[in-house]
This record gives sequence, structure tokens and C-alpha cells, in this order.
Amino acid sequence: MSGARDREGRWAWALTRLVTVLVYVFMFAPILATVVLSFNKSMFGGFPMTGFSFQWYGKLLENAAVVQAFKTSLWIAVVTAAVTTLVGIVTALALVRFDFRGKGLLGTLVILPALVPETILGVGLLILIKSIDQPRSLPILVLGHILLALPYVVLIAQARMVGVKRIYEEAAMSLGASRLSTFREITLPLLIPAVVAGALLAFTISFDNTSASLFWRPAGVETMPTQILSMLKTSISPEVNALGTVMIVMTVGIPLIGGILIQIFTRRTRRYKTRETA
Amino acid sequence: MAARTYEARVTRGWKLYDPRLAWLLVAPAALLLLCFLILPILVMGIYTFFTFVTAGVEDATLTWANWHEFLTDSYYHGFLLKTLRVGMVTAAICGVIGYFPAYFIWATGFRHKWLLLLLLIVPFWISFTIRTFSWIHILGEQGLINVWLMNLGLTNAPVQMLYTEGAVIMGLIHFLLPYMILNIYVSLEGIDRTLISAARSMGCTNAQAFREVTLPLSLPGLAAGLMLCFVLAAGSYVTPQLLGSGRDALFGNLIYDTIMGQLNWPMGATLSIVLFVVLGSVAAIYTRYMGMSQIVKGLSG
Repeated sequence: MSGARDREGRWAWALTRLVTVLVYVFMFAPILATVVLSFNKSMFGGFPMTGFSFQWYGKLLENAAVVQAFKTSLWIAVVTAAVTTLVGIVTALALVRFDFRGKGLLGTLVILPALVPETILGVGLLILIKSIDQPRSLPILVLGHILLALPYVVLIAQARMVGVKRIYEEAAMSLGASRLSTFREITLPLLIPAVVAGALLAFTISFDNTSASLFWRPAGVETMPTQILSMLKTSISPEVNALGTVMIVMTVGIPLIGGILIQIFTRRTRRYKTRETA
Repeated sequence: MAARTYEARVTRGWKLYDPRLAWLLVAPAALLLLCFLILPILVMGIYTFFTFVTAGVEDATLTWANWHEFLTDSYYHGFLLKTLRVGMVTAAICGVIGYFPAYFIWATGFRHKWLLLLLLIVPFWISFTIRTFSWIHILGEQGLINVWLMNLGLTNAPVQMLYTEGAVIMGLIHFLLPYMILNIYVSLEGIDRTLISAARSMGCTNAQAFREVTLPLSLPGLAAGLMLCFVLAAGSYVTPQLLGSGRDALFGNLIYDTIMGQLNWPMGATLSIVLFVVLGSVAAIYTRYMGMSQIVKGLSG
């Protein structure tokens, strides 16, 4: 009896493991196919592989539109990451440390840009600037990206801030530090992991954004994703595969390196601390 | 004396956690949310009553025409129903196949569990457009499946898999599964494991302990995942655009075409408000019963 039940449990576990493996394959197989095909010699973007070649990467560098879109996306993402991190951190600070009227409302509102479909945000902003007779412009596109990244940065910073005891800050202030230097010397260093994680996420959100950017970009401006979309309109070329691979290496590489840096940083400070106490 | 300098230096007439200071700190975020989220939606609401004259031109004369058109034309109803259906099917499939990996990661004794979790986050870093178009390499006429099928001699002509509703749903599942798995995982992590040991020690089998303790306690995460997947799927634009044919367009594509193609801004505003209200009520019903906290946990990973 109990043997039969154990067998049931074993089957269930085997099934769980199988589905898990299949899900991971499902998640990464298409991406791997894109990476592999970017090295295909054939001038068609699909299978079968006919030989190994780097030529499509070379073609990519000669494609002025792609290089331009890359530069545009890069600086938009850098500005978005910097501003969103700054705004997100002070917002999270206020939401965690202070009590003020409208706190609950703001806490809910700040998450909304992550939940409202981008099409709606896109149309809404477009209609607003049309109704006040403003043209679409890069600053508006950047501010839009900041809006889209803000919920994530605030949530990450809030989660970290809750773990930082306010006693540390109050101690610094009672010893004569000003608010600003307390923030700089105590709060900010303790928040560094959240700052780095938030900035990286804001960067990728902006760099990746497609739907809203289609609405907000000024005429003639292409960001990386909208450029890819327009290249896909004709057919899937090996050049698009190469471009995809470059973007994957970049957007996966940057956070990975950032994460490793945080690890090294925290390990070193921990070692420093233990040496100090010893 | 020391107390007085502290007072003077830190507070200068402000309390330590003065609400005025809080307002200063949240001012940039609040201003951004006001100008780029609240005002646009309000203006969009007003725009639904404007009169459409010709492509790109509208008149501020108030009218019910757009709403009348939406409510009476079955063309729009069809789009809405299809979008809701695709959203529900996607969320349901994500829930079923997402539960297994979430449970596996939580229950496994595997030492490098962090790697499995990291692999779930990596897709968030890869451009959504790239993740979507990469399916063309699997499902397309020159895709992996068709090339294999033809090499094995199972078919002579490529099987049409791309540009179907199935492909759209598959692309959406691919995009939304990590959200679902992370949501379920977060709520599994919150379960007090001694409850399961207690159930086991009182004679439950593993399967019974799962059904009676683990599954019910992980339902909040599953519910949050279903809500998130449904809303994000029903609001999608890129996936149907890349993986579907014209017939598989969803409400988001309809809005885009109405605004950017036909330049019918009042109708585009009406459709956007409809989608906003429909998805908003789903989210509102959800938060009414489950609260916001689970989604917050899921989003911040």
C-alpha cells in the first residue's frame, strides 16, 4: 500500500523533473538557434547550416542604419538608467522611511506603469502631446522610458531599504552628520546592490523597449528594437541573426558582470570587516 | 548643549521624518506619474468623445459616435473576445507548465539552485523582439522542425506552423513563463517547511502533503502569475505582429493600426480606454480578493 503510494510520489517527481528540463529547453532553444544561425555561411536566415562564417558581423558594422540605431538606443538607455535610479532611490527612501499623506496612493501608482499595457501608455502620451500641439521628441521618449523603468527600480530599492535599519542613519545624525552626508555615508553604501541592480534593469528595460517606442519615437528616429522590427518586415536575414546575437551578448553580459562585481565587492568588504573585528 | 546642536544641525525646524521632506523626495516621481501616466489617460478619456473628421484631423465637438461605433460594430467585439480568449489560454497554459519548474527549484536538493533561478531571469535581459523572432527559426519553413521533418521524409512540403494563432500563443508563453515560474516560486519559498514535515509525520504521503498543504499555500503565487500573464498577454503588440498572420492580430495591434495607420485618433483613444477598463477590472477584481502584495513580490523577484 505504502509502496504503491511511494511509487506515485516517485512518478510525480520524475514528471516534475522532465517538465522542468523541457521548460528550460523551450526557453533557450530558439535563442540558441538564433546565435548558431548568425554564423551560418548561407545568405538565407534559416536552417540548414551550410558553413561557418563571420561575414554577417562584418556586414553589420557597415550598415549605417544599424550603427545609428545602436548609438541612439545606447544613449537613451544610459540617460534612462541614471535618472531612473536617482528618482527611484529617493522615492523608495520616502516610501519606506516617511509617513505622509498620499503614501499608499503613490505606492500603488508607481507600480502601474509595469501593469498597464504599453500600447495604452503609448497612445495616451501621444494623444496628450498632440492635444497640446507638441511634436514627438527625444526628451519625451526618454521620459517615457523612465516612466516604464521606474516601478522596477522603486520595488528593488524598497525591498533593500526595508533591510537597512534606520538606527544607523539616526545614529549618524545624532553624532552630528547632516542629512545629506548621512545619506552619502550610511544609506547609499548600504543600498549599493539595489542601486546597481536597479540601474542595470532600467538600462535593459530602456534598451529593449519596443511597443511604446514605436509610438513615442520622433519621425525618422530608430531605436535598436524598432530597427530590428523594420529589418524583419522583409524576411529574416542572417544579418538580423548577427545583430540579435550582439544584443544578447551585450544585454546578458552587462548584468552578469555587474552581478559578479557586486559579489566581489561585498565579499571584500565582509573580509575587511572581519579583519577589523579580529 | 550637545542636544541643541544636534537639533539645530539636523532639523532646522524640520522634524526628523518630516512629511514635507517626504513630499520633496517623491516630487520627481509624482510629477512624472502625473504628466506621463494620469494626464495621458484622462486626456485619452476626453478624446474618445471627439469627432473624427479625416485621417489625422479631429474636431473638439463632443459626440458619442466613437462609443456607438465600438458598441455596435461586431468587428471590434470579435477582436476583444479573441484577445481575451488568447490571454486566458496563455495564462492557463503558463500556470500548468510553470508550476512544475517552480516546484522543482523549490524542492530540489541540487546544490546549484541559484543557477536555475538565474536562468529564469536571463530571458528578461534578452530583448523581447529577439526572443520573439527567434521562434521563426524553430517554426518557420526553414525552421528546425520543418528541416528535420523533411530530412526524415515525414513530409514533402513544410508544415505551416508560423503565422498561426498557435504560434502567437507559443510566443506569448515563451515571454510570460518566467513571470509565472518566479511568482509561484516566491510563494512556495514563503511556505513554512515544518508544516510539510508535520503533515508527513502524521501519516500523509508526499502526494497527500502536496495536495493538502503545499498546493493550497502556493495558490496566491499562482493567482498573481495568472493575473500578470493574462494582462500582459492581452496587452501584447509585438508577438502577434511577428508570429501571427493578419487574422491573428490582437487588440493591441488593432489600436496601433487605428492610430498609426488610419490616423483615427478618437477611435484609437476609445479602443485604448476599452482595453484599459477591461484589463483594469480584471486586475481590480484580483486585488480586491488577493491584495497587491503578491504582485509586488513577484515583480521585484
